[in-house]
Amino acid sequence: MANVKTYVRPMGAWWRRNPFYGWYMLRELSCVFVTAYAVVLLVGLARLAQGRPAYEAWRESLASPSAVLFHMLALAVVTYHAWTWFKVMPKTLPFLTLAGRRISDRAIISAGVVAAVMSSVLIFLAVSLASL
Amino acid sequence: MKRSNKPIFWSLFGAGGMLSALIGPVLIFMTGIAVPLGFLLPRETMNYDRMLTFVSNGFGKLVVLAVIGLFLFHGLHRMYHCLHDVGIHVGAGLKAVFHGLAIAGTLATCYLLTVVG
Amino acid sequence: MATRVITIDCLRYDPETDDEPRRQIYQVPFTDDMSVLQGLQYIKDQLDGSLTFRWSCRMAICGSCGMMLNDVPALSCQTFLRDYHPGGLRVDPLSHFPIMRDLVIDQADFLRKLEAIKPYIIPRDPRSVAEGTYLQTPAQLNEYYQYSQCINCLLCYAACPQYGLSSAFIGPGALALLQRYNADSRDAGTDERMQIVNAEDGVWGCTLVSYCSEVCPKDVDPARAVNQNKINSTKDYFLRFLTPWGKPGGT
Repeated sequence: MANVKTYVRPMGAWWRRNPFYGWYMLRELSCVFVTAYAVVLLVGLARLAQGRPAYEAWRESLASPSAVLFHMLALAVVTYHAWTWFKVMPKTLPFLTLAGRRISDRAIISAGVVAAVMSSVLIFLAVSLASL
Repeated sequence: MKRSNKPIFWSLFGAGGMLSALIGPVLIFMTGIAVPLGFLLPRETMNYDRMLTFVSNGFGKLVVLAVIGLFLFHGLHRMYHCLHDVGIHVGAGLKAVFHGLAIAGTLATCYLLTVVG
Repeated sequence: MATRVITIDCLRYDPETDDEPRRQIYQVPFTDDMSVLQGLQYIKDQLDGSLTFRWSCRMAICGSCGMMLNDVPALSCQTFLRDYHPGGLRVDPLSHFPIMRDLVIDQADFLRKLEAIKPYIIPRDPRSVAEGTYLQTPAQLNEYYQYSQCINCLLCYAACPQYGLSSAFIGPGALALLQRYNADSRDAGTDERMQIVNAEDGVWGCTLVSYCSEVCPKDVDPARAVNQNKINSTKDYFLRFLTPWGKPGGT
């Protein structure tokens, strides 16, 4: 339509206008902790390569209150990431059927959560056994 | 319309997202809380000798590379998108920085895994 | 049914006299059975004839009456005044679209995109009228049925912050309709539509906020339509190296 004067509203701080957007931003920002944890592991690996004294010093620092606090926060945030990841997973998959009936989104989400819980238990048990 | 190169980064983002969703929490719990505090797992689980043994075999190297590399690609890709979401103008330059950091981190991991033994 | 009074705070904008939108507050008597649309009609009929808004069917099938109700995209004919009392109701035109006048937005961008995705059957096996109708099983219908329920109400575009941040993004509604045709067994146009899918402003403009699917009044689930095609686009991206003589999917 030609010559129509319209008004375009600015986006501004759109994520504050609706709680749904707030949760979305939290989900997105969880990536900061995923990255941070990867960097922690990378530093640990570097210290390992530098030899026993360097690594043991790093291992000692992991027990400091600030390090433990960071990991507790990271645990909460990355768990939220995991939950939201499985919640949107059905949207990324084509329609799936089992014996002629469509597999519901709830079933797919549950499958994801169960897979996470089972892998976590398996890994924890494996490490427990290896540390005996 | 020009074809986007997104699929490359999205695949890495997706793989990292899936891996961090499946085992991120348990890894953080074990390495950052349980073992340092000696809670449910002994402190010596992550001592120098045990860790060196773990990364000295192929399986250990693969696990470390996958976790660090994919977590970095997932996290940095999403961070780049967060900037766009809050209205910061992101161009090819910032895209290169974020994904470049992920590549750098992954290469550093590869290097460290080869020199560590 | 008792009559109560609700405060309705409307955005007003007259392109001939205003440089910026302003607001106007109305006190509207209502009964529990009245929709927001009926509230606006009361304002227009009894209080202020200049208030301008779109509506038609009054039963959530035409897609005309979409607007922001307390910052949530909704159909005014399908939401009720009783649910906004006593807090009050703020009415704005659909987000992310230019305002033409009061609560009326300019949907030209959406209409262009709708046309661009080739919203028609490109037949796999063309049949003449004499040959009779196409046959389709219920299972084949299920593959695209929900995407065919779209009423073009634009609530999904108002919900989508990526569309708000960059209007070049094709958007949820157009991509849902694209998937409706791609998934139809009678259609063979997937390759022709891939160029749109593969573009930066195609499926790759989406970050899975998925508010679009939350607000859709017809359960179309556009978020799924868009994100299913991320996998298709990725397959197309990598598999073209295996079949270099293959089909066109982009430059």
